Amino acid sequence: MSLNIYEKICAEHLVHQEPGQDPVLYIDRHYVHEVTSPQAFEGLRMAGRTVRRPGLTFATMDHNIPTTSRDQPIADPLSARQVETLAANCREFAVTCFDMHDPRSGIAHIIGPELGLTEPGMTVVCGDSHTSTHGAFGALAFGIGTSEVEHVLATQTLLNRTARTLQVKVDGQLGAGVTAKDLVLAIIGRLGTAGGTGFVIEYTGSAIRELSMEGRMTVCNMSIEAGARAGLVSPDDKTVAYLEGREYLEGRDFDSMAEGWLAWASDEGCDYDETLELNAADVEPQVTWGTSPGMVTGVLGQAPTLADLADAAERDTASRALQYMDLREGQAMTDITVNRVFIGSCTNGRIEDLREAARVACGHTVAAGVEQALVVPGSQQVRAQAEAEGLDKVFVEAGFQWRESGCSMCLAMNDDVLSPGDRCASTSNRNFEGRQGKGGRTHLVSPAMAAAAAVTGSFTDVRDWDYK
Amino acid sequence: MEKFETFSGLLAPLDAQHADTDQIIPKQFLKRVERTGYGEFLFFDWRFNDDGSLNHDFEMNHDRYQGASILITRDNFGCGSSREHAPWALKGYGIRCIVAPSFADIFYNNCFNNGLLPVVLAADTVDRLFGELRANEGYALKVDLERRLLLTPSGEEIPFELDDFLRDRLLNGWDQVGLTLRHEDAITRWEKDHDID
Ligand code: SF4
Repeated sequence: MSLNIYEKICAEHLVHQEPGQDPVLYIDRHYVHEVTSPQAFEGLRMAGRTVRRPGLTFATMDHNIPTTSRDQPIADPLSARQVETLAANCREFAVTCFDMHDPRSGIAHIIGPELGLTEPGMTVVCGDSHTSTHGAFGALAFGIGTSEVEHVLATQTLLNRTARTLQVKVDGQLGAGVTAKDLVLAIIGRLGTAGGTGFVIEYTGSAIRELSMEGRMTVCNMSIEAGARAGLVSPDDKTVAYLEGREYLEGRDFDSMAEGWLAWASDEGCDYDETLELNAADVEPQVTWGTSPGMVTGVLGQAPTLADLADAAERDTASRALQYMDLREGQAMTDITVNRVFIGSCTNGRIEDLREAARVACGHTVAAGVEQALVVPGSQQVRAQAEAEGLDKVFVEAGFQWRESGCSMCLAMNDDVLSPGDRCASTSNRNFEGRQGKGGRTHLVSPAMAAAAAVTGSFTDVRDWDYK
Repeated sequence: MEKFETFSGLLAPLDAQHADTDQIIPKQFLKRVERTGYGEFLFFDWRFNDDGSLNHDFEMNHDRYQGASILITRDNFGCGSSREHAPWALKGYGIRCIVAPSFADIFYNNCFNNGLLPVVLAADTVDRLFGELRANEGYALKVDLERRLLLTPSGEEIPFELDDFLRDRLLNGWDQVGLTLRHEDAITRWEKDHDID
């Protein structure tokens, strides 16, 4: 029988199923961060339980940490307390923790793959919705709540309702200057922010095969923005090549591991509950105009005209979004000026993203109206690699700020925050009201588009860029 | 977890689609290490003006909706981040049941781990309830989880779907970790078969 990758992973990880209940799956890898874990460890302590398999859980500090200097203690006492609490919990329960001084630290979804902790065929969870990123390796990876974090710590399993499968098949070739970020935004635009609810997405087709691992991570990362709990890509030679030589895979027989990994790929002729097909050649660089990632259009497109929207609720939502974003109906995307730029996050904080942005920025200067253009690497390893390639210098010479790694302005829990009325071109994943700071307005774009916006002060079609 | 018992409660409206977890509880309130104390920050950016005063234009803030224990809202409630602070904030505010045409996945799951009941009703039924609620001050519903029914003041019974397992978890206030650990031998067997030591 032909099976898709989701069916294979679920079958292999089934521990137990009571009639009428959700299947209990074994969890191979668990990532933990400071914001969604303290109450889970506390729950364990109160119930007198321990961590069942401390070796399968890895902790990192990413959401709350400053990106300025690592020499000073964290100024905000509440953030400091969360970070210290995580360190103390990891010591108490014998969990490995990459604290913010560790050169391996960074955003959980960046360092997991980087360190070789995420492997094809694994079940991967974290108290964070963007855990779907790890699906790029052909792992079943999804976000969970804090009670579920506690459940995984205590039992190394999770109840997991069986999802339906949605194949998103992308053939054709992405145009020059059009990236994985544009592709996933276009997919979300087609599906809508709830179109994937109840589904696990498998991305297939030649355009997905063509993407680098970094690009696949960007696509899988934003699956949650279409409502899907997980998104994955079947492993292939690129997956194997990425993993070779990664720290946590050393000392194991790589060839036989690779053979096992490739066997997880969906079988030829397998079934999916639904399929959506797209042609990559139709995708232009994307810009979101509204307050949810599905409110998106091409850079040459416009904000909607309310009279064109048939559904009353949709009209209401769009009208509210235009008001919050302070845009006119029908306003051209190229007619929007920004005063802040953020390049980073688990969506676009990898080395390839920084290279792309640096290529655009190189030889140009940040526009006068742009008060701050931040570049925040997703991990300390990405930061070191970028510095080795001289990307930091390109950015700094162009007038960008070069920072330490972390989540930073993706959710603005640290000091990197928009002020009310600020308008930001951001490579992150959520443009919700207030996400980057109360009253702040976020437009989601690719790293290249963000760098171009920093230089010109407005949204510019990077396909026409003057590369120096 | 305490057991979920039949109750009657006032309804409060949140007339917005896609109300995301960043709105339910903004990130500046996620720095606590406890499970409690989030209720006063629920929908913070909507409920309060910049100077900290109550925003009287926000419908939930109207006097007639104070003390509500049921929230009625639109599509895709709870989308966005996985933060369990969202159900903690709703519970802290006094909400025990949320009625909507649809919910985001992770949020929906998180509710059951916190004794909060999400009820999915058809969009036109939700629409009708919005109308009745606005037309009648003090509009309350009875939530009968055992029978999977909402009862309106006029005695109309509105059935909702929920599978037995999720219903029973709430009704009994079961601790999921405890339930799973009853099958610890199955976990150990799986680990043995997969060379995990
Ligand atoms: S970068 Fe943003 S989306 Fe990613 S884990 Fe951090 S806060 Fe969440």
